[in-house]
Formats: sequence, C-alpha cells, structure tokens
Amino acid sequence: MAGYTTPSAQAADKSGEAYWKANIRIILISLVIWALCSFGFGIILRPALSGIAVGGTDLGFWFAQQGSILVFLALIFFYAWKMNKLDKEYGVDEE
Amino acid sequence: MDQFTINLLFVGTSFAIYIGIAIWARAGTTSEFYAAGRGVHPVTNGMATAADWMSAASFLSMAGLIAFVGYDNSAYLMGWTGGYVLLALLLAPYLRKFGKFTVSEFIGDRFYSPTARMVAVLCLIIASITYVIGQMTGVGVAFGRFLEVDSTTGLLIGAVIVFAYAVFGGMKGVTYTQVAQYIVLIFAYTIPAIFISLQLTGNPLPPLGLFGTDTASGEPLLAKLDQIVRDLGFSEYTAHNGDTLNMVLFTLSLMIGTAGLPHVIMRFFTVPKVSDARWSAGWALVFIALLYLTAPAVGAMARLNITQQFWPEGAAGQAVTLEQIESDPAYDWMATWQQTGLLGWEDKNGDGRIQYYNDKSAAMQERATAEGWSGNELTNFNNDILVLANPEIANLPGWVIGLVAAGGLAAALSTAAGLLLAISSAVSHDLIKGQLAPQISEKGELLWARIAMAVSIVVATWLGLNPPGFAAQTVALAFGLAAASIFPALMMGIFTKVNSKGAVAGMLSGFVVTLVYIFLHKGWMFIPDTNSFTDADPLFIGIKSTSFGAVGALVNFGVAFLVSSMTRPIPAEIAELVESVRVPRGAGAAQDH
Repeated sequence: MAGYTTPSAQAADKSGEAYWKANIRIILISLVIWALCSFGFGIILRPALSGIAVGGTDLGFWFAQQGSILVFLALIFFYAWKMNKLDKEYGVDEE
Repeated sequence: MDQFTINLLFVGTSFAIYIGIAIWARAGTTSEFYAAGRGVHPVTNGMATAADWMSAASFLSMAGLIAFVGYDNSAYLMGWTGGYVLLALLLAPYLRKFGKFTVSEFIGDRFYSPTARMVAVLCLIIASITYVIGQMTGVGVAFGRFLEVDSTTGLLIGAVIVFAYAVFGGMKGVTYTQVAQYIVLIFAYTIPAIFISLQLTGNPLPPLGLFGTDTASGEPLLAKLDQIVRDLGFSEYTAHNGDTLNMVLFTLSLMIGTAGLPHVIMRFFTVPKVSDARWSAGWALVFIALLYLTAPAVGAMARLNITQQFWPEGAAGQAVTLEQIESDPAYDWMATWQQTGLLGWEDKNGDGRIQYYNDKSAAMQERATAEGWSGNELTNFNNDILVLANPEIANLPGWVIGLVAAGGLAAALSTAAGLLLAISSAVSHDLIKGQLAPQISEKGELLWARIAMAVSIVVATWLGLNPPGFAAQTVALAFGLAAASIFPALMMGIFTKVNSKGAVAGMLSGFVVTLVYIFLHKGWMFIPDTNSFTDADPLFIGIKSTSFGAVGALVNFGVAFLVSSMTRPIPAEIAELVESVRVPRGAGAAQDH
C-alpha cells in the first residue's frame, strides 16, 4: 500500500472541505452546460430550435456537428484556469 | 511518377520518421516504458494524446458514416469529444495525483482489493482488444488501397507492421512518434478538405464551407445536398431519421467510454503536475477538434461529390454511362477501389449506365419501373473507404492522395500501438507482477509485456478478418464496454466512499450485462451468425447494442451503491487516500509498488 503521499495534516480540516465543495460546484455547473449543448440543443431540443436558420439548416444541426465541440473546449480550459486559481486560494497547489 | 510510386514514397518516408524516432527514444527502464518518465509537456502530451486517440475510426471511418447517414451520426462527433470534458473534470487531475502507472493499480489500491484490480484488468483487456479489432479493419482498408491488394491481404501485412512497431518502443518511443504521427495525420485530413471546400464553396475553411453556399448552384450546400439525396429516395441529410433515445444513449456511451479507456487515461499519468493534467486534457481536445470540426464537412461534401458523379445531369437526368466510368480520368478511383473488394457496381438492366439510388423507396420504385431500372447498381460502397477515396473522387493532385494514405496509416498505427501498450502493461504489470509473480525482474516484466502484445495482435487480426461492423462501429462497441466497467469505478473511487465489494459487484455486473447484450446482437465472440437478435430489432426497449454502454454504466453505479450500502464501510486509511487524491498538493513523482 505504500506509494501515495498523504497531504499535510490540515488538509482534512474545514478549509479542505470548503475547497472540495467549491470544486464540486464548478464541476456541476460545467456539466449542466456540457449536457445542455450536446444532448439538449444538439438532440432533444433541436425541434424547438428549428426556427433558427444556420447556413441551409437549423441551429440544432450546427450544435450537433460543431457548436457542442467548441463549447466542450471552452469548458475544459475554463475549468483548468478556475481550478488552478482555486488551488492557490486554498493553499493546496503544488509548490 | 504514377500514383502507386507516390503513395509508396509518402508512406515510406513517414514510416522512416516514426521508426527513427522510436529507435532514438528507445525505452530502457519500466518507468520509461510505461509512462515516459513523466517529463512530457502538456502541449506535447496533448498532441500525442490526440494521435493516440484519433484512430482509424476517427480518420478513416467516421466521415464515411456521417456521409451516408447524415445528422444522426453526429453522435460520433459529440460523443468522441464530449468525453474529454468528463476526463478533465472528473478523472485526470485525481488520477495524476494518485501517481501510479496503470488504471487498474488505482482501482486495486482505492478498493484495497486484488480482486478489484483483476476485474479491472480483465475488463480493460477485453475492451482494448475489441478496440484493436476496429483498428485492424481500418489498417486492412488502408494497406489494401495503398498496396493495391484486397483488404484481407492488407490486414495481414498491416498486422505484422503494427506488431513490429509497438514492440520496438514503450510509451516514450510512442509519445514522440505520436507527435510526428499527429502532424502527418492532421495535414493528411485537412489539406484535401480545404481543396474540396474551395472547389465546392469557395471557402478555404471546411467547417465554414459546410454551412456556406454551393457555388455551382448558388444554394446553401446543405440544402443542395438534402435535395439531391431526397430526389434519389434517400433520407434527408440534415434530418433526424433514427430515434432520439438511441442517439442520446449512443452519444453518452461514447462519452463515458472515452473517459474509461485505459490508453487515454494513461496519458494523464505522464504529465509532471496535477495542474498540467487539467491543461493536458484541454490541449488534447484542441488537437482533436481540428479533425472533428473538419470531419462533418468532409462527410457532407464527399456525399455531394459522389452523388453528382453518378448523376452528372442532376438527379432528374440520366445516370453516368459505363463508358464514361471506364474512360474519364475523373472516375479512375472506382477501378482502383474495385481491386480492394470494397467497392462494386453492376449494370443490372444492361442499359450501359449505372443508376445509384435507394431502391427501397416507393417513389423511386415507381420511377425505376417507368425508366426500366432493375435496382441500385452501385452494389457495394464500403463506408470505410470514403476518406481515402475522397481526394481521388475530387480529382486532387497525386501528392494529396499519397499524403492521405500516409495519414490513414498513421492514425491506425498510433492507436493500435497505444492500445497494445495498455494491454501489455495490464498483463505484465498488473497481472504478472501485481498478482502472479511479484518477484519478477524488470527484464522479465518487459518480456511478458511483449508476449502479451504478440498474443493480442494475433487475436485482433483473426477477429478483424470478420469484423462486427465498420471500423468506427466496432470501436463504438469497445467504448460501450469501457463505459460500463472502468469509468464508473474510477468516478466512484474519487467522488464517493463506495467500498471494495460494491466496486467489484458494480464492475462485474455492468461489464457482463453489456458484453452479453453485445454478443446477443453481434454474435458470440463476434463470430458471424451466432447472434439471436439484430440491431434493427433489439432485445431491450429498442436500444441498439452500440448504445448499450450507457445502460451498463447505470447498472454498474446502481449495483455498486446497493452492495456498498449493505456491507462494511471503507477502512480509515482508504478514506484518507480518497481525501489525498482530492487535493493537488503533495503530488510527487509516481512510485512503483
């Protein structure tokens, strides 16, 4: 079982809990956007968006073939930036 | 210079580069073999991950499946990119913090159970081998075309090359070769797409050209495509023709599977820091998106080009004549591809023309009777050839065709090598060293790794001779298996306090249920005619076997929580381990057992 390093002793205290809660909140918000753009706009809500024309077809088709991919990219970079900032705020970043 | 020589030149040069890099970076120690000594920059790692990830399925097969099905196969586009969001948010940083070499090591340690580790090893070996079968299908198509032999011979030649190539280096050789392969494959994919987009729409950017105007008719490209395929009795390109449930579940299976496949996850063990693991996933997706944003344009434009070639006067006019197919250089691609056995046509009614239409459509049957047609005369068009044939169909210069051949092989080789590495590390590191013979020397471990590679490539080649579907469909099955087994276990390991019994029961039930469902529809061990159901008429509430992975994952989560709640909670030191993977601080270099 050797091999992983335990964090400094205070990691399990309140600040550690708040850090984890903040992380979960960011993950949940990101995943809602993730699902909305792909399963939502790209598939299930496509009929509702069919009135919005995009280059010979409708907005839902654009989301399914391009829009969702662009949103995924934005989400990952947002998360990396936000979390690396959060790590520093809570003092849990790597030295 | 004839086309064969040009192809040989491009493929030969690219291979010489890969092998050169592999020799230069040959792995010496086990740490280098598996994880490149953790000295890989996020951008480099992202590029290598992209090459590792984009296989024959993405490169050769996906655009063809989109071209001939249209909107419904957008599931591939969203599924194979959306998984990176799950990977970046839910797995990569924590697994890097954990700091071991393989996925099953994490599962074994977190669930403090050698059984859990063995179950994970078993699941990922079966999922990876299924994935390699899909690659071998693609390798067969690519080698068949480029050596101008039938696809079975192409497959056998390809298998030998993949093997030699994967055995040579470990991860380090693979990491730097994969960067080279990415560069070859992305140029090979985008350059013909740019040419074709310019020809059809005047826009040099294929993703914009897709939503642009067809310069020949002045109509939007997609509207023009919808109209011509509708006029031939096919379903409209942009319409949703399948059912929503399968499209959602299929997309979800591909996404979860992406985040559960060992050869992709392993990539995030090779970055120096936890924060780098987060960036790496983003960079990987940037490099992947370059291809994935181009693919739908390639699909739509190729479908339009092909349809117009068969109907030079438009869908209402006369079909192309056999004489033109034989004499006009614009149709040379048809004769070349006929040799591979993946393209075929037959003048059934003997009128000297080849009518390509949907002979199952009632309206077309009426027209066929009126005009004396006897069914669709384009008798065989394997979707997997579309990307390779595309530059020939669009009459692009010879060097572009050579480049695409090199790119297709780069895609298939890089992924096959990455998968073989994941399989071999599962066998030698997890099974032999972790379980059967802990005292084995480094040298012995490397030997076992190579034996495992050899065995898996033989199995994959044998099954690849009778693949359960087109390259991308076979690969989709592998994703279903990974989705049902590995991803839920990893996620519960990080985000919940599920115990060992829960994890083992969850993985086993999710995996078995999915595997059995796939075998019931695709044949046991994928052997033809041993299936009891088909995807046209599936067993369970209309869910196709390719879409079942998401259901398997749900079963996995459900069973794991249920069993875990009825058995003893996790010990204190494991609770501490969970807390420690959740914070980046203290992530040192990886350590071995």
